[in-house]
Amino acid sequence: MGGPVLELAGVRKRYDSVVAVEDLDLSLETGEFLTLLGPSGSGKTTTLMMVAGLQQPDAGTILLNGASVANLPPYRRDIGMVFQNYALFPHMTVRRNVAFPLEMRGTPAGEIARLVDDALALVKLPDHGERLPRQLSGGQQQRVALARAMVYRPALLLMDEPLGALDRKLREQLQLEIKRVHRERNISVLYVTHDQDEALTMSDRIAVFDKGRIEQIGTPEELYDRPATRFVASFIGDTNFLAGRVVGLAGGICEIETAAGRILAAGRPPIATGASVVVAVRPERVALAPSGTAGGGLRGVVIEQVFLGTGKKYIVRLADGTEVVSLRPIGAPPVERTASEVRVTWEPDKATAFFGRAE
Amino acid sequence: MSADGMTPWRALRGALVIVVAVMLLAPLAVVVIISFSAAPFLQFPPPGFSLRWYDVLFSTPAWTHSLWVSVQLLVPSSILATLLGTAASYGLVRGRVPGARLITACLMLPIIVPGMITAAALFGIYRGLGLNGTLTGLIIGHTVLHIPYVVATVSSALRVQDVQLEHAAATLGAPPWAAFRHVTLPLIMPAVASSLLISMILSFDELIVSLFVSSARVRPVAVQMWSNLLGDFDPTIAAIASVCFLFALLVMAADLALRAGRSLKIA
Repeated sequence: MGGPVLELAGVRKRYDSVVAVEDLDLSLETGEFLTLLGPSGSGKTTTLMMVAGLQQPDAGTILLNGASVANLPPYRRDIGMVFQNYALFPHMTVRRNVAFPLEMRGTPAGEIARLVDDALALVKLPDHGERLPRQLSGGQQQRVALARAMVYRPALLLMDEPLGALDRKLREQLQLEIKRVHRERNISVLYVTHDQDEALTMSDRIAVFDKGRIEQIGTPEELYDRPATRFVASFIGDTNFLAGRVVGLAGGICEIETAAGRILAAGRPPIATGASVVVAVRPERVALAPSGTAGGGLRGVVIEQVFLGTGKKYIVRLADGTEVVSLRPIGAPPVERTASEVRVTWEPDKATAFFGRAE
Repeated sequence: MSADGMTPWRALRGALVIVVAVMLLAPLAVVVIISFSAAPFLQFPPPGFSLRWYDVLFSTPAWTHSLWVSVQLLVPSSILATLLGTAASYGLVRGRVPGARLITACLMLPIIVPGMITAAALFGIYRGLGLNGTLTGLIIGHTVLHIPYVVATVSSALRVQDVQLEHAAATLGAPPWAAFRHVTLPLIMPAVASSLLISMILSFDELIVSLFVSSARVRPVAVQMWSNLLGDFDPTIAAIASVCFLFALLVMAADLALRAGRSLKIA
C-alpha cells in the first residue's frame, strides 16, 4: 500500500442547471476496492466519468498517483474501464479486443501474445480468443471486457455497473470472479453500482451517494452497523424506522417517547432532549420475548411469520399500529405462534436515532 | 381475418407490385433492346439484331472522349465527396460543434435547392475564378452536389453506432485518430462504401451542373447525350444509355456484394 492512487477534492459538475456532483472529496488507496453506491441519478456514474476523463468537472481537482489529470485526455490517463454494456469492439476477435490497448501502447508483438494469453487465462476464457464478441454470452463478454481493461496493468480500474445487464446467478458468480482478479492482481478498483448487496459483497469501502453528495464512506460493516444518516440506514439493508421525541439523554443513549411506548437508541451529539427523531434498528437486532416474562420493551402482537431458510422473519404490530420486522436465526429460541403477544427489545447501542420526522 | 380472406388481397398486392415493376422496367428494356437494333433510326420493335451502334459509340471520338472525361470526373469527385462528407458527419455528430444543425442544413442544401440554381450559382462563381469549362470546376461542382448524400448516409450510421465503443477505445489508450481508424471507421465502413458508390452513379448521370460548367473540350457523357438528343439522333443514344444502365447496375451489384460479404464475415 503506497499513498492514495486517486484523490478527488472539491469536485463539482452540473448539467445545465442540474447539479450532478456537489463538492466531492474522495480518496482511493492503492490496492483498495472502493464502491460508489447510490440510486440512479445520484452522481456516482458522473464521478466515474470525470475520473476517466470522459467528462470534465466544473470545479475541483482530480489527482491520479499524486498528479493532476485536469489536462490529460482519457487516452493518456492510464486507467482501465469496464462498461455496463461491455463495449467490446464487435468487428474484432476476442484476442484483438484484448490486444487493442497493448497495440495502442506500442508493445512488441511477442509480448502482446503473452500478455493476452495471460489475461484470457485469468478470466478463464483461454480458448475463446478467435471468437467474435457476439458469439459469446453476456457473462463471457464481460469477462473479456475485464481482461481488456486490465491487460496493460493500469494504475486504476473503473467499473460502471459492470454486472447490471446480467441475471442474478451470473452476477453473483462474476462478483466473486472480479474479487478474485482484484486480489490476484492487487489492482485498485473504483466500482459503481446501485445494488447494495453487490456493494456489501465486494467492497473494502463503500461511498454512499445521494443527490450528488457522499452521505457516508466506510467499510461495509461500518455502514451497516453505524449508518451516519437516515438515508444510509434505509438504502443499505432492511431497517425498521420508529418516529418519536427525545425525553432523556445519558452516555450517548437517548430515551425516546414514541406512540408505541418508550425506547432506547444511540444518539449522536447534536441530538438533545426535545428533538424529533427517527430511530433505525435492523431486523436481526430486534429480539422477541413472550409478553409474560420480565423486562421492558414495546408490546406487540405477532401478525405474520415467514420461513426464509436461513432464519425466520416475524412481523409484529405494535400498540400504535406500527409494524416492526424481527429476523431470528435458525436455532434461536422458538417464538410464539402468530397472534401471540410479545415484548420487542433490542440492545440500545444497536439502534440509531436520527434527526427528523416520520415520512 | 382467416387465411382465405387474405388470399384475394395478397393476389391484388402481387398484381400491383408486378404492374409497378413493369412500368419502371419496361422503358429501360425498350432502350436496351433498341440499342441492339439493326435499323438506322429509333424503331420498336427493331427489325433485326446488330452491334453497329455500340461500334459507332466506341469508334466516335466525341463519345469515347466524353466517356473518358466522365471517368476523370466521377472518380475524384466521388472520392472527395466521400472523404469530406464522412469527415463532416463525424465532426457534426460526435463533436460539440456550435450550430451543428445549421451547418448540417447548409450541407444538405444542394439536394433541396433546384439544380438549376446551384448550377447557375457555380457558373457565376467560376466565371470570376476562371474555372468554367475545366475539369477542376466540374470535379468541385460534383463534389458539392454529392456531399449531402454522403452526410445523410454516414451521419445516420454514426448515430446508430454506440458512442461507448469510442469511449472504451479512449480509455484503452487510443488517441482520437487511432480510435477513429480502428473502431469507428471499420464499423461505419458499409455506409462509407455505399456513399462512394452512390456518388459515382450520381456523377456519371449528372446533367444540369455539367451542362453549365462544361465546355466543348471537357464534356462528360451526360452532356454529350444531351447535345446528341438535341440534334439528329440515332440508336447510338440507346447504346450509351444502356452503357450508363450497365454501369449503375454493376455499381449497385458491387454495393450488394460488399454488404453480403460483410454480414457473412460477422455472422
